[in-house]
Amino acid sequence: MNVEYALDKICPGGYQIKKDNLVISGHGVCKGQTFAIIGTIDHAAIGIEVAFDLAAAVLEVIQRFPQRPILLMVDTQGQRLTHRDELLANHAYLAHLAKCLELARCRGHRVVSLVYGEAVSGGFFATGMMAERAYALPNAQIRVMALQAMTRVTKISLEQLDELCKTSAIFGPGITNFVRLGIIEDIWQGDLENCLDRALRLPADYDNRAELGCERGGREWAAKVAFRIRMSAEKV
Amino acid sequence: MNLADWRKRDSFYEASARRRILGLLDQNSFQELLGPAERITSPHLEQLGFPVSFDDGVVIGSGLLNGKKVLIAAQESGFMGGAVGEVHGAKITGLLQLALISHVTAVLLVLDTGGVRLHEANAGLVAISEILHAAFRAREAGIPILVLIGGNNGCYGGMGIFARCCDYIIMSEEGRLSVAGPEVIETAGGVEEFDSRDRALVWRTMGGKHRYLLGEADRLVVDDIKAFREVAIELIQKPKPLTLESILQEHQRLGERLVAYGECKDALDIWKKIGIPEFDAIPLMDNDAFHSIVKPYLPREGTEEET
Repeated sequence: MNVEYALDKICPGGYQIKKDNLVISGHGVCKGQTFAIIGTIDHAAIGIEVAFDLAAAVLEVIQRFPQRPILLMVDTQGQRLTHRDELLANHAYLAHLAKCLELARCRGHRVVSLVYGEAVSGGFFATGMMAERAYALPNAQIRVMALQAMTRVTKISLEQLDELCKTSAIFGPGITNFVRLGIIEDIWQGDLENCLDRALRLPADYDNRAELGCERGGREWAAKVAFRIRMSAEKV
Repeated sequence: MNLADWRKRDSFYEASARRRILGLLDQNSFQELLGPAERITSPHLEQLGFPVSFDDGVVIGSGLLNGKKVLIAAQESGFMGGAVGEVHGAKITGLLQLALISHVTAVLLVLDTGGVRLHEANAGLVAISEILHAAFRAREAGIPILVLIGGNNGCYGGMGIFARCCDYIIMSEEGRLSVAGPEVIETAGGVEEFDSRDRALVWRTMGGKHRYLLGEADRLVVDDIKAFREVAIELIQKPKPLTLESILQEHQRLGERLVAYGECKDALDIWKKIGIPEFDAIPLMDNDAFHSIVKPYLPREGTEEET
């Protein structure tokens, strides 16, 4: 899906974005409230320049529009996989982007993300997964790894993986799995302006994805294990 | 270095997770949390018919560092490449959350990992994101997080991004730090893009010396647990708050790097451009020689005082 098509539906009241290479930035209006739009297009591979430009866009919002909510529009095939990116330390650029988003949250910006295209591993990690809550459109694609590639790396047969995917949300791609795991809060359907408005009205809680994943039956251990460790405070 | 000094070393690279923890902390002070006796293993590996480990590949607990109360986690390089699954990740997240409740001086994370455990793909990715969010809460509360990298697996994938979100990174020359690992780049771009079997290339691109020269590692120490311990003692009481000012400084540094070294094809080109004499001998220099030669050429970060 292209980004304008999604934004037309999210902001019937209008929006303005500029495109610079694979990065978009701008502002939209949702139910009378102005919010910042920052994101990537064309299944961007997030290398050092894209991560840097995204960070610059976040810093601009922090400095020029204090507390304005930020909608991250996610469409990424993951981090860019080149010698040059690693030579110059892509992890540091992605970390910088994550820190900028964290700083925005600490300074009172609401940060919500929407996967409107594709979301894959490291690219998703430093963008959409840094939001307070991540959402997806129904036709979005989210994965860590395709099952074929997973077969190659883990030496588990495709048949066995397919079978496991019928009951477990852990292994396979797909937004329903990511909803069950608590990673995606909800799928946006129908009136998308309402969806964003609702998301911005939810409290700016800290990370509750493990608890959500447990409630939804996708992963029960993350919340339990962390809880047990927190309960051992008197031993420390 | 003479042979006697060499023999006195307690190799960080060779040590197990528990050995590293015992060597880093004050003697007899380590108390493990959720240890092997609790039998908390990965339900997903079991489902796949893979061997499980009673600590799921990460040892966590509390102890003293130079008399100060700290929390510590160490990934076990020998189990699943130190990779992060649901339980493994939740142990580190829980530890970082515990830091907020238990008023410790700092958290030490010994990272030795390929990133997401692909056998638990989706749960592994979100586990690392949860570690990151918990770490930011601890940092916000002024509890410094020190990352120590010097093991067999390096520190890759989401954990490489995470490491750079902590207060300090202490590395040895043997440590490697990146997001995409050598094999991943080679698979994506072919052997012409990156030859993952070329060890010298891997080390000069992702290894401790290059990361230190770029300013991506705060300290570079010899492969000795005691050396890591000494630097950790020095840094545990110096939290680096995430402020607009510090992030803007980082932004400027990363922007300047793109301009200065964006055309470089190899670490050697960067070291040459930095202006280091004998730049091509860097991979062979021992730690002392390296530090004495590169000292004038290091990038400065505003928040850490010169010691």
